This record gives sequence, structure tokens and C-alpha cells, in this order.
Amino acid sequence: MYCHNPDTIENSGGMEYEIEELVKMAIRMKPYFRQMGGVTVSGGEPLLQAKELIPFFKRLKEEGIHTNVDTNGRVLNNFTKELLDDYADLVMLDIKHMTEEGYEYLTGRRLKETTFNFAAYREASGKNMWLRYVLIPGITNKPELLHAMGKHFKDYKTIEKIEIQPYHKLGIHKWEALGWEYKLKDARENTPEEIAEAKEILEKYFKEVKIN
Amino acid sequence: MITEKLKKGIWNNAINLRDFVTNNVTPYHGTHDFLVGPSEKTQKLWEICKEATKEERERNGVRSVDTDTISTVSAFNAGYIDKENEVIVGLQTDELLKRTMKPFGGFKVVQQALSEHGVQPNEDLTNLFSKYVKSHNDGVFDAYTSEIKKFRSLGFLTGLPDNYARGRIIGDYRRIALYGIDKLIEAKKADQEAITGPMSDAVIRLREEVAEQIKALKEMIKLGEIYNLDLSRPAENAQEAVQWTYMAYLAAVKEQDGAAMSLGNVSTFLDIFIEEDLSNGTITEVEAQEYIDQFVMKLRMVRHLRMAAYDEIFAGDPTWVTEAIGGMFEDGRTKVTKTSFRFLHTLYNLGASPEPNMTVLWSESLPENFKNYCAKVSIDTSSIQFENDTLMVASRGSDDYGIACCVSYQELGKSIQFFGARTNLAKTLLLAVNAGRCEFTGKEVVSGVPAYTDEYLDYDKVMANFKIAMKEVARVYNDSMNIIHYMHDKYYYEKAQMALIDTNPGVNIAYGIAGLSIVADSLSAIKYAKVKPIRNEEGLTVDFKIEGEFPCYGNDDDRVDVIAANAVADFNNELKQLPVYKNATPTMSVLTITSNVSYGKKTGATPDGRAYGVAFAPGANPMHGRDKNGAIASLNSVAKISYEDSQDGISNTFSIVPKSLGANETERIENLTATIDGYFLNNAQHLNVNVLDKETLIDAMERPEEYPQLTIRVSGYAVNFVRLTREQQLEVITRSFHESM
Repeated sequence: MYCHNPDTIENSGGMEYEIEELVKMAIRMKPYFRQMGGVTVSGGEPLLQAKELIPFFKRLKEEGIHTNVDTNGRVLNNFTKELLDDYADLVMLDIKHMTEEGYEYLTGRRLKETTFNFAAYREASGKNMWLRYVLIPGITNKPELLHAMGKHFKDYKTIEKIEIQPYHKLGIHKWEALGWEYKLKDARENTPEEIAEAKEILEKYFKEVKIN
Repeated sequence: MITEKLKKGIWNNAINLRDFVTNNVTPYHGTHDFLVGPSEKTQKLWEICKEATKEERERNGVRSVDTDTISTVSAFNAGYIDKENEVIVGLQTDELLKRTMKPFGGFKVVQQALSEHGVQPNEDLTNLFSKYVKSHNDGVFDAYTSEIKKFRSLGFLTGLPDNYARGRIIGDYRRIALYGIDKLIEAKKADQEAITGPMSDAVIRLREEVAEQIKALKEMIKLGEIYNLDLSRPAENAQEAVQWTYMAYLAAVKEQDGAAMSLGNVSTFLDIFIEEDLSNGTITEVEAQEYIDQFVMKLRMVRHLRMAAYDEIFAGDPTWVTEAIGGMFEDGRTKVTKTSFRFLHTLYNLGASPEPNMTVLWSESLPENFKNYCAKVSIDTSSIQFENDTLMVASRGSDDYGIACCVSYQELGKSIQFFGARTNLAKTLLLAVNAGRCEFTGKEVVSGVPAYTDEYLDYDKVMANFKIAMKEVARVYNDSMNIIHYMHDKYYYEKAQMALIDTNPGVNIAYGIAGLSIVADSLSAIKYAKVKPIRNEEGLTVDFKIEGEFPCYGNDDDRVDVIAANAVADFNNELKQLPVYKNATPTMSVLTITSNVSYGKKTGATPDGRAYGVAFAPGANPMHGRDKNGAIASLNSVAKISYEDSQDGISNTFSIVPKSLGANETERIENLTATIDGYFLNNAQHLNVNVLDKETLIDAMERPEEYPQLTIRVSGYAVNFVRLTREQQLEVITRSFHESM
């Protein structure tokens, strides 16, 4: 509901590229990566194309390029598992909401449990993961939700950090341009105090809490 | 004496600044935490300067002007901002921001500039210059051929330094501080003794030049005396080292008003004196920063008298006091010192500013803390530029160099360059489809280009014609350059600057091109789409109809980027074939300053779909809005232009909105650092960085009084945004502001 790239949601559309073309583009960008850069696939939901991503990530690994999947964790099949286990250096997992009701309100689907299963799968593999969480006043910023998230994930060894994205209205014009109703029009942006409060709570549970 | 305590070397027996610096420098790898704010004295002075510059803007850009005195090294009484608070003294005249006449470049130019401000030169001077004294401008037009005049008036050659001073020569201003003037005179006298017959033109000329230099050195001693300074001896402490160096530079800008009057690379040198005083306890960080703040303040107050027409090619009243900061020694140590930081820090202590034109010599090996600080300063002020130290040192040979003007390497004290503005390569391409005729007037500009009558343009045929046109344009360009520099030496020789450079230095002749992205996209359109020329009754092509798609330069697409790189190589190769005055080595730049706007007005519609009159992209930039694959793809395209084919520099001005660079300051610094590292690892040469929102600029257009110090990088230099004309401001706003990496 609040995706800032709504133009990437539709499952059809977009440009088609050959894998080798994309790899070539990534190689051209390699000098800019330094220690922290690499290729991130995001969306929409990139794991809908997990099967196609396997050979792409495989080639990137051959070129020594860091790979990263930005996902909401709603797809966990054999292709996803192969991609995650063998080729994705990092997973950035978007936790939409800590209750099924909240999840449904925001996304129209009840996928909280699916996301949790996905996180557990990644944890079991022992490979790096970051959590991401959009902080929306009155919807996701309630202290009990933040505590619930902290408690659920506090023992995860693979979580390096959690990134908090304070809700902003930058994407509104894109939604309007696509002719979609922007459902969160009335939600307001966070006050600095609200952001600080959320950070304080989460720091009790996570090694690093980053505010974007 | 301070220099006796320092490590000895070749520099004790010969004039050799590089040896002094490499032997005594203290490289600094730490953070910027040691820096301090401006002293009370500095703040008081800067308030006065701010008020004075405000008055200057209110008075149509000139606060006051002297109409009686020819400005020379020792002309004018002492001038102060506020004497009791000045730790570094010296102004160009007896009054802050007063402009002066330097008529040897061209007396008519001085008259014109003065009359635009409602005054005239004193009658005696007018009489003298109209009857008895010849200027550089007079000499050039006596020798110009009708062919050169035609190229000039039709806009194929623009901005040539034939009616203003060429500039670009960098005196080694450190020499006075290290050796004192007496020793420099002694060395020049010895040089002169050694220049003996047979008396060819070149030998006679050189003997005369050295004699002029010695006179200039003596005048510099007088300049010191005006301010009660004994410049005949070396500087004995940090304050004197800064003061002496500034006096040497002041001598240059009192005598010459060249377009670009670079400072060189003084920060690393001055640090040696500052370190010495800090370690013996005679000064603290407060004084160290105060010297640099006040030195930089003086550099910000340098002014030249210009006519309005000059502003079209060099907008915003620039002086190009370019200071190269940082870089690496050949032995692998860094040239970064605490004083490198102190220079950059003036942008906080005194606020953002276009001058001095601070240029960071960037290498992947620079200390990480310094890189991060540079990125921070760039993000906060948009006042600095970056150049590829690794690339330039490897290609040009010395690690002791400055940047002339915007992007041009110049070994300090060992070589100079002859500035040559640029030719319009996009207009040259139009000759290829118009049988060598000017697209507006129909006049034949170059002969030998076959008429083109096909319905659609054919890539191979156009390329063949383009090569003929390039060869001819290069020939005429070279003719004009030889005349200009012969005459400049004869009538407006830079004796003060040359006195601080080795006798008989190496010379580069600096050609330039404009319109590269238009040439590349036009040829790409012809190759990959179908381009139909629309001809008028006289058979001149006045417009183009494009059918189909074509790749544009700026998207990391080899199909067109190779065309751009080849165009640069081809034109450079044509220039290299031609004989040059003083056996100078030809080099070429892809740089426009702000002339990209006026070039646009003088160029008809082009085959890339650009309409008649539309501004060019600056320097080597892709055309506005055509680089659609993000910032990095755009950078990658420019990086494909080979420095070997364009050794005078390849300018790229890059504007990005803050939020695309990162969510917070740490991220923005990391990403900008990574971007510059990446761009230069790809062998690119220059990057101007603006981190700005368009909205800020639009607001500054509406309410200029709120933004007196808003600075923006344009093309190898920076300007106060509010000093640009409305047209130039609008052009800056239409440029690509990258919203994604």
C-alpha cells in the first residue's frame, strides 16, 4: 500500500534484458562498489522471478560481485531456496506488520506467518540478513508491535541490523500518475520524537538499528 | 632561519620546490577533528568583505574602478580591509574591490569595459595608447588572415584570447617564501649569462624575456616595501610564508588579468612552515587557521576589469584562483597535510565560495579520512571539484603540479601553457552536410567538402566529409593560436609569473573543443536511425527529420560512446600534425566554461534533433536529459573519452539531488566517495560535483538577496549563482539533476 516504487508492482510490463547484458552492466559499475556495493534485486517482488535470478546471481558471483535480494519473503519454493542458499550474499527482508490483521490492512494479504517462515529458513542457513520496517504513525509504530518484533527476532544470529524507514509521502505522485488510489493519503509523517522512541525500543533487541 | 632547521637536499643548491616539499612534508592521515573556527579578527574582516561584495552587486558588478593608473606590480599605495585585524596583508589597489586598467592586452577592451560603467580612461592614457603604444589585441589583428577573421566572426572559433589576456600560466608562487627574491634574481642572472649566440630569433627573445623577469622581481621587492615587508629574504615563519606566497601571487594579479590566474599547489608547501611553528610552540591551531582563512579571504577579493561581452563566455566574474589540494607523491606517500584540511575548512569558516577554485587531486590511495572530508565539503557547499591524480601523474610525469584554470595539468615552475579557448565541433559537423558552407550565411568556410544531395544522410559519407572539415578547421585554429601567442609574448608578456618559473620552460599549447555530445548523438542518429536533411532554396540544410531510435551518449552504451571517443581522437590527431610557435606540445581539452550557452545560439539545428539556438551541454557532459540510465551510466560514458587524446582535460559537471546520494550524511559521504573512486578507477579525469535540489536554485532566482554565497559548479569552475544572468541561470536549471544512481 505504501510502496515508493508502485510502477514496479505489476507482474507484467517492464523492460526485458538478457542476463549477460545485466551482468555486463554490473561489471561496468564494479569500480563504484568499494566495500559496500553490489547488485540488489528489488521490486515489486523479485523472488517471483527466482528461477531466472539463479543464473544471473551465479554469473555475478563468478565476477566477484556482491548479491542482495530485497524481498517481503512471500515466496519460498525450491527456486527461492537454491537462490538463497547458494547465491544471495544478503537478504533484506521487509517486515510489513507484526499481526496478520495489520498485514492484511497494508497489503491485502495475510502473509505475516509466511514472512516469519522465510526468516526462519534464512536463519537456519546461517547467511546474512537485514530486516526492514516501515514506521507509519498509528499503524506500525505502536510500542507493543515493536516489542513483539524485537522478541520474535532477538535470538536470530544472522540478522546484522534492522533498518527503519520512516514513512514519507514522496511516492504519492507516482501512485497518482498510475491512476491508483493512494490509500494512505491521510497518514502523516513521523515526528522526530516518534522515530527516536522506536529506535530506543528496537535497540534493546538488535545489534544495529539504522534510521533511513 | 627556519629553513636551516629543515631537512636538506637538492633544494639548497638549486631552485627546486619539489625537492623541498618531498623532503620536509608531514603527511596527515587523521580526521578533521583538529580544525577550529574563524578567529575574531577573521570574522570582523569577513563582515566588511561581505558588505563590500553586496555593494558591488548593487552597483552592477563594479564597486569602484581606477581610471588613471596602469596597474603594474608596484602600482598603488597599500590597501587594507581593516589594517588592525589583518594578519595577511595586501590588496590589488589601495581600496577593497577596486578594479584597475591593464591595457596591454587591448586598450579598446579597457575603454569598452569602462564605458559600460559610465567612465573613461584618463585622457593622457587614451592619447598614449591611440598614438604611441601598441597592445596585444592590435598586434593580433595586424597579423590575422581574412580566413581566421571569417572563422571567428561566423562562430567556428570562439572565445580566443585575442582581445583579453591569455592567463593559464601558473607562477611558482612558493619560490619567494622559500628563497627570497634576492636569490631568485641571482639565479635568473646566471641563466641569462648562459644564454649565448648564435643569436637566432629564439635566443634573442629568451634573453629579452629573462631581462624582463629580473625587472619584475625587483618590482616585487618594491611591492613588499609598500606593505613594510622585506621580500628580498626568505620567509622565517609560518605567517611570513603565507604572506610571502600571497605577495608573489598578488604581483601576478596586479600585472596580469588573464582569464585564469591559478595559484598552483601551495597548501602542502605552507604546511611545512606551519608544522614547524606549531611544533616549536610559537603558534597554535587558531593562528594556523587564521593565516589560511585570511589568505583565502584575500584570494576571494581578487578582481579584474571585464567587458560585458566577456561574461558570455566566462559568466559570473570568475578569476580562477585554482588551488590544487592533496594528491600522492610518486614514492607512495600522500601529499595531504593538515593544511589541505585547513584550506577546505575555509568553506565553513567563511562560507561557500567559488574562489579560490579548490581542486582536490584525487587518488584511490588518498587517506580515507581526507576523502570523507572532501566528500562532506562537496555535499555541504558544492564549491569544490575533483581531478584524477593517479591518471595525470602517470600520463604527464610529475607529482608537483597545479591545475591551470579548470582541468589543465601544469608542472609547477617547470612548464607553462598557451591557452587557446576552443572550436565549435558541432558547427564543424554541419559543414560536412553543407559542402563546407556556414549553415546560416551560406558562405564557404572550408573548401574540398563534396556537396551532399542524398535524401537521407549516410554515416560513412558524412564521416568522410566531417574529417575533411575537421582538418581544415584544425589548420585555421592552429594559425590563429600561433599568432595570438606570438603577439601575447611580444606585447603583454607575463614577466612577473615567468620570473617564478624556470628559464625556458616546457610549453603546452591548449586547444579545445565544444559540442562533443551533439557530435556524438548526431552521428549516432545518422548511423542507427534515419536522418533526413531539410534543405532551403539555396540548398543549405536548415533542419533534420529523424525517423527511428538511436542510442545517446551518456547511457554507457558503446555504440555511441565509441563515436564520441573517436571524434575526440580524430580532432586531436589533426591538431598534432601542425607546427606550433615556440615548439609547444599540442594538447586539447573538452571544456566549455559557460560558453555552451553562446555556442548554442551560434549553431543551427543538428542531426541529433537539437533545435537551432538550444544550448550545448557543458564540457564533455551528455546532453541535458538524454542520460536516462542513472548517474553512474552517465559517468561511465564520459570516462570512455581517453585522456591520452585530450591531455588538457575532460570536464564533466555532475549534479545530483541530495536524497539520491543517500538517506543521511554518512551514507551520502560514503556514496560520493565511492562514486569518485569508481569514476576515476575508470580513468576519467575530472568531476565537478553539485549536490543540490533544483528547487533551491529556483528559489535563489526569485530571492537572490537571500543567497549571496550560493555556489554552483558549472564547468571546471564555480560561480555565485546569483551573479549569473537569468538566461545562464535557466540553463543551469535545465541540466540533468540525477535522481537515481
